[in-house]
Amino acid sequence: MTNSIPDTSRRRLLFGGTAIAAGALLTACTSNEQTPTPAQTKGEDTSNPNAAAGKAVTIGFSAPAADHGWIAAITNNAKAQAGAYKDVTFKQVEAGKDAAAQRAALDTLIAEKPDVIVLLPHDGKELNAFGLKAMEAGIPVVNLDRAFPDALAYRLQIKGDNYGMGVAAGHYIGKALKAKNVASPVIGEIAGMDELELTQERSAGFKAALATYGFTVANRRAARFTADSGQKEAQNLLQALPKIDAIWNHDDDQGIGVLAAITAANRSEFFMVGGAGSKKAIEDIAADKTVLKATVTYSPSMASSAISLARLIAQGRGMSDLVELQVPKEVILASETITKENASTYLKLGF
Amino acid sequence: MSVSSEEKVEAPGGHPPHTAPAVAKTSWWKDEAQEPMRRNLGLVGVLLALFAIGAFIRPDLYSNPDWVINNIMVILTQAAAIGVVTVGMTFVIIGGGIDLSVGALIALSGVWATTLATQSFGPVGMIFTAVAVGVGAGLVNGVLIAYGKLVPFIATLAMLVAARGLAAQISGKQTQISADQFINSLATTRIVGIPLLVIILLAVAGLGWVLLNRTTFGRRTVAIGGNAEAARLAGINVRGHTMLLYALSGLCCGIAAIMLTSLATSSQAAAAELYELDAIAAAIIGGTLLSGGRGTIIGSLFGVIVFSAITNLFAIANLPTEVQNMVKGAIIVVAVLLQQVRFSSVTQFARRHGLTRAKPQT
Repeated sequence: MTNSIPDTSRRRLLFGGTAIAAGALLTACTSNEQTPTPAQTKGEDTSNPNAAAGKAVTIGFSAPAADHGWIAAITNNAKAQAGAYKDVTFKQVEAGKDAAAQRAALDTLIAEKPDVIVLLPHDGKELNAFGLKAMEAGIPVVNLDRAFPDALAYRLQIKGDNYGMGVAAGHYIGKALKAKNVASPVIGEIAGMDELELTQERSAGFKAALATYGFTVANRRAARFTADSGQKEAQNLLQALPKIDAIWNHDDDQGIGVLAAITAANRSEFFMVGGAGSKKAIEDIAADKTVLKATVTYSPSMASSAISLARLIAQGRGMSDLVELQVPKEVILASETITKENASTYLKLGF
Repeated sequence: MSVSSEEKVEAPGGHPPHTAPAVAKTSWWKDEAQEPMRRNLGLVGVLLALFAIGAFIRPDLYSNPDWVINNIMVILTQAAAIGVVTVGMTFVIIGGGIDLSVGALIALSGVWATTLATQSFGPVGMIFTAVAVGVGAGLVNGVLIAYGKLVPFIATLAMLVAARGLAAQISGKQTQISADQFINSLATTRIVGIPLLVIILLAVAGLGWVLLNRTTFGRRTVAIGGNAEAARLAGINVRGHTMLLYALSGLCCGIAAIMLTSLATSSQAAAAELYELDAIAAAIIGGTLLSGGRGTIIGSLFGVIVFSAITNLFAIANLPTEVQNMVKGAIIVVAVLLQQVRFSSVTQFARRHGLTRAKPQT
């Protein structure tokens, strides 16, 4: 009995000690310090009359909680761009997990009467009513990337071109295959989340552009914008098509998994085009060691531009290069194609 | 081979038909003890049917033996990570619980193991971190359920939300790339033609089988799932055991996190989406009772492989994902219906209505 007591306590001590040590080691492991990707901002440009300080304005901002590199970059860019202006106060509200949560957060924002609101809605249709309400309250709304159906609900809409992305990818692949004189090429497509409208638009653009060359998509898989789902779908796609000429993968983040699957299967008879323009993808294209030869952009730099334009709207100024005295109502970014030749110029826009 | 050992385990509880001709009256089709065996045969039948459909749609591919073997390996590789999780899930369900947090725990373990700080410790550090985080989070589940008296559904649902949140916090919502060559090479390594990940799956399933069928731990799990109060009165430490079951599920998540990280050469907070549902579905079509007390590791394994083979077949047939999800749903419903309408009750029904009267008399 006297023996058993120190025995137990030693065991407990050892167990407790191990648990605490493991805990301490693990907490130390959460650190993720790395050189932060410089945000995509327009620096102070003295020759640009719009850069001169104007009336002090408050910009309210809201974007969904990010679970994806692209959305994270949107928020970072907006914050950084606002910080670059001395006359801008940036007020960010959390958008929460869904449209309802975002609506609630935005209602409190209206009460604070900012000069202009920039928002990336969870869903354009569901937040349309909020846009109308804010505009009626006299606060201009800048819609970022997910359009409101009602034109009265926004002052400015700035968005990427999903259809254009597909078109750019289709033309790159079409031209490259024509140049190689491939008669009836086998083209694979790895799309993003299929239930999203943007995925449908991208695929429609891709299909239309390929059709102008007389090509069609042989097999189309839909992943979930995550690397592990990309790996799985790519592995199956490679099984379904023993010989491939080209692949378009909609998203560079899931592309990490797609490339892993391609490397694991030892396949290199084709080339691949990515989408979005992540830093890693641009570096891979520049290095030219993988099948990834190009990517078509859908750049989160639009958040920086949205803040700049929102500032001009609040200050009642126009874009200095244009004749109009006010900011236009709609800006759609062109999807650009990044290849080995121009990768170095785009690297600073990678996220 | 594995199936025949399954048969041996169940035999003492039922009627061993081979050794004692006196009790061999109950035919193989009606013997209660043979239920898991019949179900596994059914799942093998489904796999063969899927293969036949594939061969019918794409004879060009299926006529090439190299391609067929490679494709089987692809199906098994894709079943590997989810299969390991399903082994843990099977234990939890047999023990009368449920673990909704497995997908989130994989994401959390994977993200934690791929931070730059962890990666600086090399592959051993990464594997240790993934396993420790999985077990740790599983223990939290277990303590909440066993000692905090939370309903498993609620406790693990809370963990699902919280773990994904923590994973997003740690990763800064970015995809974390694994630069570790050893971890990345796990997915590409093959030993005598079999991918290493498949070997890991078989090892985990083998250990799980031994644990469930050949140890007191396994017997206690079945006892608790069958009737927790009776198990307690029989002297089993029900709370301590329940806690360990969730830790075991967490351990499996940690292992799966390393496998998934290796496959995708990266990890992120949104990884392993809906793995909890896939694992539960696989366990159920493998014959595990959702109310606990009954289930087999081998059945669960077949369940995972069936789902993986369906995904593969849909890709090869170039059918969209929507259809695939509908088929998956239908298979789950059919499997559960089969679980309720046992073969024995069908034959009883037939006999009662004079459909097979001639047969038993001969």
